[in-house]
Amino acid sequence: MKSKKTKQINQIKKSTDVCFNIIFLLLSLICILPVVFVFSISISSENSIQKYGYQIIPTEMSSAAYQFLWNEKGTILHALFISVLVTALGIVISVLLTTTMGYVLSRPNYALKEVYTWLVFIPMIFNGGMLAGYVVNANILHLRDTIWALILPLAVSSFNVVICKTFFKTTIPDSIVESAKMDGASQLRIFFQIILPISKPILATIGLFAAFGYWNDWFQASLYISDKNLQSLQSLLNNIQSNIEYLANNPYGGLSMQQYKASMPTESVRMAIAIVIIVPIACVYPFFQKYFISGLTIGSVKG
Amino acid sequence: MKNQKKTKRRFKFTRDDLDLTLISLPTVIWFLLFAYLPMFGIIIAFKNYKLSGGHGFLYSLLHSEWVGWSNFTYFFKSNAFAMLLRNTIVYNIIFIILGAAVAVGFALMLSNLRSKLLSKTYQTMMFFPYFMSWVVVSYIVYAILTPDKGYLNALITHLGGEKVMWYQSPQYWPFFLTFMKIWKGMGYGMVIYLAAITGIDPSLYEAAVMDGATKWQQAKYITMPSIKTVLVMMLILDTGKIFYSDFGLFYQVTGGIPQSLYTTVSTFDTYIYKAIQSSAPIGKTAAASFFQSVCCCVTILIANFVVSKIDEDSAII
Repeated sequence: MKSKKTKQINQIKKSTDVCFNIIFLLLSLICILPVVFVFSISISSENSIQKYGYQIIPTEMSSAAYQFLWNEKGTILHALFISVLVTALGIVISVLLTTTMGYVLSRPNYALKEVYTWLVFIPMIFNGGMLAGYVVNANILHLRDTIWALILPLAVSSFNVVICKTFFKTTIPDSIVESAKMDGASQLRIFFQIILPISKPILATIGLFAAFGYWNDWFQASLYISDKNLQSLQSLLNNIQSNIEYLANNPYGGLSMQQYKASMPTESVRMAIAIVIIVPIACVYPFFQKYFISGLTIGSVKG
Repeated sequence: MKNQKKTKRRFKFTRDDLDLTLISLPTVIWFLLFAYLPMFGIIIAFKNYKLSGGHGFLYSLLHSEWVGWSNFTYFFKSNAFAMLLRNTIVYNIIFIILGAAVAVGFALMLSNLRSKLLSKTYQTMMFFPYFMSWVVVSYIVYAILTPDKGYLNALITHLGGEKVMWYQSPQYWPFFLTFMKIWKGMGYGMVIYLAAITGIDPSLYEAAVMDGATKWQQAKYITMPSIKTVLVMMLILDTGKIFYSDFGLFYQVTGGIPQSLYTTVSTFDTYIYKAIQSSAPIGKTAAASFFQSVCCCVTILIANFVVSKIDEDSAII
């Protein structure tokens, strides 16, 4: 009761509150509006873009860009499929590799604990550099133009392993593991049937880190992928100049190649692809934000 | 009894240990292939790599001639080196200081808002840019800056000014890059400091109110000292990464680094990336790449040493 009262007294002045709200409203707009700009361009007609430039409220609206993407749905859906496939496989592989290592490191009596701690720790302070990584992936592991080039190099980070270890150490009582062992369960069974089901928050956090990492990745693709069949949405957008030509290589509706290329809404199409990438993220992240934040705050506590 | 069990375990590789090793084996293999194997890539920097016809990469590498430190001296003496060093470090210093100031300032303000619902909403909206890739952001920037159709030039001409060729005017880019970096990272930093602020014991504020402390005094004498450890930690960890640059920011936002912006926006990462994409001799690129790795390692160790002096528990070693 008393605390509630002091809380009320301890509020900032009404006028300050209004000021702060205005500032944050502006900041929020700065963060959201650019996406609206991009959307406006994607629904502008090519004609009005040529005449008036980009407009926030287009003089002449047109769904040509989205229609174009729809006509080329073979390519777009394929890129979407690659993005989804990479993200889905990536989440599974990343979560499995990270949590298993985190779990093993969290076992107090494990014989190789010392060795493992160093194994995970050293990459945190030293790595071979961008070039060496590239050479190993491309020339020794031969990942070039395979889907694994998009997945494996990003699968594990020492930082996430440490987050997992901290989580298992602080939230899972040793007695659970010990009593399961008494009952004759192997570690494999303990991990998959007991530990994982009660560790949903950390699975969500690691899975989310992985999901955004994979969905947003264009860097791996730009280094290792030249096969058009393995292009994700991000790399499609990244190489849009050559890709608009490529998209146009399947003329549609009885037009000749030249006519078709000339009729393409190039300006709005690239913005439309950007929108196709942004929308899923924008829909999903507000709901998962809390797992993201919990991951960030676990990460700042040492285990 | 319990003690005996423990000592026994220390010397024997039990069934349990075997299980645990099997569970973690895939990850260990991952670490060996993707984290440790590249470390041996260092030898490329000391070789003059030539492809031996009909043989694979490894064979060619091992049979290329050793050239000692010449790849390094070439890199240090090149025109690019001083420019890259300056850009990488100066941009990072600006990003670190400004980023922390913005994040702490807004977190303080946000924690004082009367409506918790509004505070959550702002937080969600300001976190949004963090979840977009730099490729997508580069299109947003393009929409704003492209000279003949972009929003910014439209605004300038509307106000009676002259169009500016943004992508050919290096003087503006330090501001653009700083703005974009802060724009994208603001929500992330804010969330971290906000978590630290909400973790402060409310009774401290109650006591302060009893003593008649103003909001300013509370911020100065309670909030700031309470989040100081987190702040110092974040600053030092960022300083540890001072030789790394946010590749996407420098490469994508500028539109692939046009020639006119080259000396203003190139960093170690963009230099190495461009060298990989071109047909530059890989020994020389490896030297640049290795130099960056070693500098990073040293700065991280120094940063960690400083952290351990301030707060034993926050150090990573």
